[in-house]
Amino acid sequence: MDNNRRSFLKIAGITALAGIGAPVAAHLSSTPALASAAPQEGHKAAAESGERGGVRFGMLIDMRKFYGHPDMLDKVIAACNKVHNIPHIVDKKTGEADRKNEIKWIWKTPYANAFPDQSAVHSSKTIAGNDFLVLCNHCQAPACVRVCPTKATFVLPENGIVAMDYHRCIGCRFCMMACPYGARSFNWEDPRPYISEYNPDFPTRMRGVVEKCTFCEERLALGQQPACVEAVQDSGAIVFGDLNNPESQICQVLARENTIQRSPAYGTQPSVFYIV
Amino acid sequence: MYNKGLIVPGLVVFVFIATFPFWYNGLSAGPVPKPELPPGGEKSCVAPAAVMRAEHMTMLNVWRDEVLRNGDRVAVVVDGKEYRKGLQTACMSCHTDQEKFCNTCHAYTAVKPYCWDCHLTPANIVAKKEKQ
Repeated sequence: MDNNRRSFLKIAGITALAGIGAPVAAHLSSTPALASAAPQEGHKAAAESGERGGVRFGMLIDMRKFYGHPDMLDKVIAACNKVHNIPHIVDKKTGEADRKNEIKWIWKTPYANAFPDQSAVHSSKTIAGNDFLVLCNHCQAPACVRVCPTKATFVLPENGIVAMDYHRCIGCRFCMMACPYGARSFNWEDPRPYISEYNPDFPTRMRGVVEKCTFCEERLALGQQPACVEAVQDSGAIVFGDLNNPESQICQVLARENTIQRSPAYGTQPSVFYIV
Repeated sequence: MYNKGLIVPGLVVFVFIATFPFWYNGLSAGPVPKPELPPGGEKSCVAPAAVMRAEHMTMLNVWRDEVLRNGDRVAVVVDGKEYRKGLQTACMSCHTDQEKFCNTCHAYTAVKPYCWDCHLTPANIVAKKEKQ
């Protein structure tokens, strides 16, 4: 082969051009589907800040119907505890409720704890004298999902529920640190001895996993309402439905009434609304 | 061969020790377990017995992922009978005795599945009721 300096420089020049041009060509010709596949499913939902399509389940708690009726709050909590085999952990020495180890899915708390960013100075007697019903907010941008190292907690794409897979939970409790609402509880010990009655359709949890409200996903699949909604069905104090469907009952009440969310400034976009 | 006097007896001792569990048990693996068939007399399952025997653990994992992660809770229908996917909702509704069904083979094959750390057996539920 007749190799001289001229032909060598030609080949080197063409190769250099191709080398520089290839990444640009690859970038231009790549499909948008491939580019958006980079963030993973559950975490993608958490990263998005805009409205997500499809069904997004939400809850509206009309606290006006609970004022002066602490028994109604207890009824709601008891209904949830029974359906989900939630233990009532008591201190072995004193026999009193053990606040450090307690497991709670839906519980009651004073206004200042439920709405820490609202002013609680000079609050009305109604506000000061009543407890508020709180639970997992099933946020649209859930902090717990972002931090979970095993994807044991994730957003269900078909209904926006922040779900738990206890099989995957390694008990690192990052999600408990991340959740600004304290909606997650850790099983420091085997919960079974503290459960008074088993629901045969639902498992218990084991020592070392985190648990929380699941919006009664298993009941929704059977066409039932969440247990808390059903417990006070006749009063209509809790409304459950699709936040993305303007025809749904919850959207109609939201459009009519003034509602607040718990700590909206965190940007987690809670799905639970309150009328106080 | 160097050191024949040490290597050959050493090999014989090694083979004897390595195969000792087989000799000790008389070259038999013990009686094959006979899991108790459903007390209710159900004759069919979600799949034939041979498939269930070999694949039930895979099936349970698939069901778990479908139900929890994909939100697919549609019941499995086999021969007109509905099975709600799940250990407690499907399996335990016929195989009501976990001790006499699941545990017989699991003990024989020395596997320790952690299903029962969370999932309840009918016996658990009865025991809790009696305690009250």
